[in-house]
Amino acid sequence: MASSPYPWLNPALVVGGLSPLLMLAIQGPRGELGPNAIEAALHQTGLLALVLLVASLTCTPLRLVAGWTWPARVRRTLGLLAFTYAVAHFLVYAVLDQGLAWGALWADVTERPFITVGFAALVLLVPLAVTSTNRWVRRLGFPRWQRLHRLAYVAAALGVVHFVWRVKKDVTEPLIYGAVLSLLLAIRVGEYMRKRRARAAAAARNPA
Amino acid sequence: MRDKPPAEPPSSEVTPEKTYLRRRELLKNAGLFAGTAVAVAGGLHLLGRKQTRPMDRFVPDAGLVEQPVAQAMGPFDTDEPRTPYEDVTTYNNFYEFGFDKNDPARFAHTLKPKPWSVVIDGEVHQPRTVDVEQLTSWFSLEERIYRMRCVEAWSMVIPWLGFPLAALLQRVEPTSHAKYVAFTTLLDPEQMPGQRRASLDWPYTEGLRLDEAMNPLTLLATGLYGRQLPNQNGAPLRLVVPWKYGFKGIKSIVRIRLTREEPMTTWRLSAPREYGFYANVNPSVPHPRWSQASERRIGDFERRPTLPFNGYAEQVAHLYTGMDLRRFY
Repeated sequence: MASSPYPWLNPALVVGGLSPLLMLAIQGPRGELGPNAIEAALHQTGLLALVLLVASLTCTPLRLVAGWTWPARVRRTLGLLAFTYAVAHFLVYAVLDQGLAWGALWADVTERPFITVGFAALVLLVPLAVTSTNRWVRRLGFPRWQRLHRLAYVAAALGVVHFVWRVKKDVTEPLIYGAVLSLLLAIRVGEYMRKRRARAAAAARNPA
Repeated sequence: MRDKPPAEPPSSEVTPEKTYLRRRELLKNAGLFAGTAVAVAGGLHLLGRKQTRPMDRFVPDAGLVEQPVAQAMGPFDTDEPRTPYEDVTTYNNFYEFGFDKNDPARFAHTLKPKPWSVVIDGEVHQPRTVDVEQLTSWFSLEERIYRMRCVEAWSMVIPWLGFPLAALLQRVEPTSHAKYVAFTTLLDPEQMPGQRRASLDWPYTEGLRLDEAMNPLTLLATGLYGRQLPNQNGAPLRLVVPWKYGFKGIKSIVRIRLTREEPMTTWRLSAPREYGFYANVNPSVPHPRWSQASERRIGDFERRPTLPFNGYAEQVAHLYTGMDLRRFY
């Protein structure tokens, strides 16, 4: 990390990535978020959590398709930014919107599939955020770490479902995110199949 | 005289090459850092939600209502603080102009509420087609300060101007077969660009049972805050049924038809599990995706409990005696 050729990249991503959140924190109390500021903050944080999570999942496909290696350097930062927005989204909902009314929160999470899937996505992101450090990669061993972090796809898919169920009408925007996510997943699956075939072919050539 | 060559600075003051290169590198990186940070922030801003701002309101002010208005506090008026005009006219659901709350305020300028004719027909003895200005002149306008509870769990307090729907219905004389009143919004994608998208089954339709329509609370509104209805609030004529969720308050009405059968309504057609014909405000019947037990009054920070029939139970609960309101939501 120290000898990175782009030392500015991750700091810039953190600063640029957190600036919408900072804007909300400044504009909200000043009444600049419109008549329903809490709803505006809720929508903004939720949408950006999904945007950043999908962005983090584009890093590996970009390497596979375009051969770029720099996206791999920002994947962790993007993932942690997505997690930050997901937590902010949950806090706006639980604290500002629902006023920490535990009964209402419990009913929402257990009885309303729309909220259940959103909450499940957040819960899935927690172990990924915790194990995002180099130490955790070493502790788990890379293959296990990698398997664990495939949950990011599940979380993103749940996020898309949450978004689709959120809108009353016109699911165009959530479906765009769904389509992008499907494309990314297709690239990963395609690569996996190609590797498996290559391994099988190699095994056939050199029977051990 | 020959110029002396400029004295070289002592070597101690010459920036060592390594430092010089590091400075250049530092400056370059600082530039890249700033550029990337701005690009990332800008990209997220573009992908994110646009906020409503007062300056986003492009619809010109509709002007003062010139007819005299009875100003005295009526028996149905609430004395709760009114939601500011700014909020009432920039935070709207009117999908004919877009899905975001500020879309109607930004785009409803394409609607031409004048001239505007309204058809009143069906099971009536005096069917007629009448210009809305003439129709309004038949009645004296009243100010009614009502709570408005949206099905999305937010609410407002709005001073409407209008006349009771009952007064109009009495004038056109319903036949003995009339059991329901069906309302229709204008269908004109030129004036209502949102109708180009098949998001809902256009035109928007709503309905009331005849006894609900005749209830003195039920209002046909032509204005708010002493002014003509702005386009985004449903100019020139809209329905206000304060004990029902806001979507029952159909906007920009072109037809009022009395029927024998319960009319189909737009949201019920679109999502029958979520929106029923009655749509009475009911804290004990949750929407499938959220609770209806509480609401946020626009401008308030904390939620407040939602009242049965939006606080108008005394006036309307008798309309539903013996009905299972969980089934007829």
